[in-house]
Amino acid sequence: MTIFKDKQYFRVKLEKEADEALWLRCKSCGELVFKKRVRENNNICPNCGEYFFLTARERIESLIDEESFEDVSKPIVADDPLGFQDEKPYPQRLEEAQEKTGLPSAIILGSASISQIPVVIGVMEFQFIGGSMGSVMGEQICHGMEEAIERRCPFVLVSSSGGARMQEGAFALLQMVKTTAVRTRLARERLPFISVMTYPTTGGVQASIASLGDIIIAEKGAMIGFAGRRVIKETIAEELPKNFQTEAFALKHGMIDRVARREELRSELAAVLAFFQEGTR
Amino acid sequence: MSDERTLDLLEAKIQELRELNKVDGLDLSAEISKLERKLAQMRTELYANLGDWERVRIARNPKRPYSLDYIEGVFSGFYELHGDRLGGDDRALITGLAMLDGSKVAIIAQQKGRDPAENKERYFGMVRPQGYHKAIRIMRLAERFGFPIISLIDTPGAYPGLESEEKNIGGAIASSILSMLEIEVPTISVIIGEGGSGGAVAIGAADRLLMLENAIFSVISPEGAAAILWKSKERVKEAAVALKLTAPDLLELGVIDEVIPEPLGGAHKDMAQVMAAFKGSLVRNLAELGEMSVQELLAQRYERYRKIGRYNTLSG
Repeated sequence: MTIFKDKQYFRVKLEKEADEALWLRCKSCGELVFKKRVRENNNICPNCGEYFFLTARERIESLIDEESFEDVSKPIVADDPLGFQDEKPYPQRLEEAQEKTGLPSAIILGSASISQIPVVIGVMEFQFIGGSMGSVMGEQICHGMEEAIERRCPFVLVSSSGGARMQEGAFALLQMVKTTAVRTRLARERLPFISVMTYPTTGGVQASIASLGDIIIAEKGAMIGFAGRRVIKETIAEELPKNFQTEAFALKHGMIDRVARREELRSELAAVLAFFQEGTR
Repeated sequence: MSDERTLDLLEAKIQELRELNKVDGLDLSAEISKLERKLAQMRTELYANLGDWERVRIARNPKRPYSLDYIEGVFSGFYELHGDRLGGDDRALITGLAMLDGSKVAIIAQQKGRDPAENKERYFGMVRPQGYHKAIRIMRLAERFGFPIISLIDTPGAYPGLESEEKNIGGAIASSILSMLEIEVPTISVIIGEGGSGGAVAIGAADRLLMLENAIFSVISPEGAAAILWKSKERVKEAAVALKLTAPDLLELGVIDEVIPEPLGGAHKDMAQVMAAFKGSLVRNLAELGEMSVQELLAQRYERYRKIGRYNTLSG
């Protein structure tokens, strides 16, 4: 694959890149807010409480113990098995996504600790082709669960994905089966799988691995569902309620265990993990 | 497929001549056989090199045999079982018990309707959560009594709508995949028409995945891909090609195990021929799976899905 001809696979380190702008305008309250304060506040507007988007790196930082992250991902990158070309060739889309995010794929996978409890954690990067699940993400999720089995620790998956990656066709679709297969191993080993759903957890990801957590926690502001508004509108032209596919909708209809605010997510995870730690082994 | 009409007209003409031949005692047989040769030649030209979009249209052709046609033509003594025991009975997904060449099997099948009334009942083959819950119930029942499972896939996709989302269609699909992977009996899935996305995969995570020659299997419909990736609904043909959704493509990519041949023009042109090929393939695959122990079966199934995917490994 040409993209990586001159590039080595890079391991994810959690250093913040230098930020140019000092100020951000909040899309909710319209106030100019100091970017550093936003960062320190888990990307929540200090003025009105609106959530800014978190990158996968920022998400991991917000959840794990400081300095505890170690990349355990496999050194793999996407292939182009269909030779897919829409308005752009797929390899070009991949390259642009890699440039934009600084990541080799749409998921970061590492070992870490949360309140001193060791975990393997995967976090999807929505800005990498919509966090879509292709062969690489499927393999990394499976590898993460196998690492968790190896290390006898829980697996945490933070989803942020529009679903299967169209450019990989049936291979992407079957990652739903692949991740589910390895999930059965984790269950047999009696190791907990905590699924965290954030904005958005939809399509093939919601219809497979993300919905198979022992515990499913949604972040406030998440979008959770299978078919999006547009598909529903185009297929059956149905009126949809305002709260459609919000985290409150998912909770009301029994799709998830709990909802947590972003600033509570770390302590929620810590509490749940601590409970499971007792007597798991 | 604008030329299909010409073929139909010619076929009708030949039939007309045959009738005349009988009634009037005229000898038109030379004329008839000439036309028959012409028809066969035209058919070959039209269908032998089908484009991917033409295949999509054949896969969706309402004249094509649906699940119930196969159930009637290939199996015997079908005994339908209704209901998910949780409050629903989805008519887009039918389940039951039947005999296949002297062996007991359980059937899970997606069923489209042929007229507006039936499509209203069957939601055009789009399955709702209660359909997948029913499928899971039948998987467990089949496992309890050691019946192999045959699933027939023919759906544009899971039903997209408020009702589905309120009942967690995504969670239902996930559970159905999980059950298919865990079930301790042989499983064979056949995509007979449309294998639409997650709604198809839910009952397709089998030991063997077979496809009719003109069936399609895709992560998204060509219409959906055209709208999202090309931002134009006019680009469906390109999308159909790019998605590699035909049976020959998927066989070459190693996604499916076998292609069941169809007559020129599609399965509806000669149902008896398709049924025979279909039955032969099922019986053979079932016999192969039947020789394995449960441990072997599950190990092979696990391996099959654990390794699916294509990526590049980097050194260093």
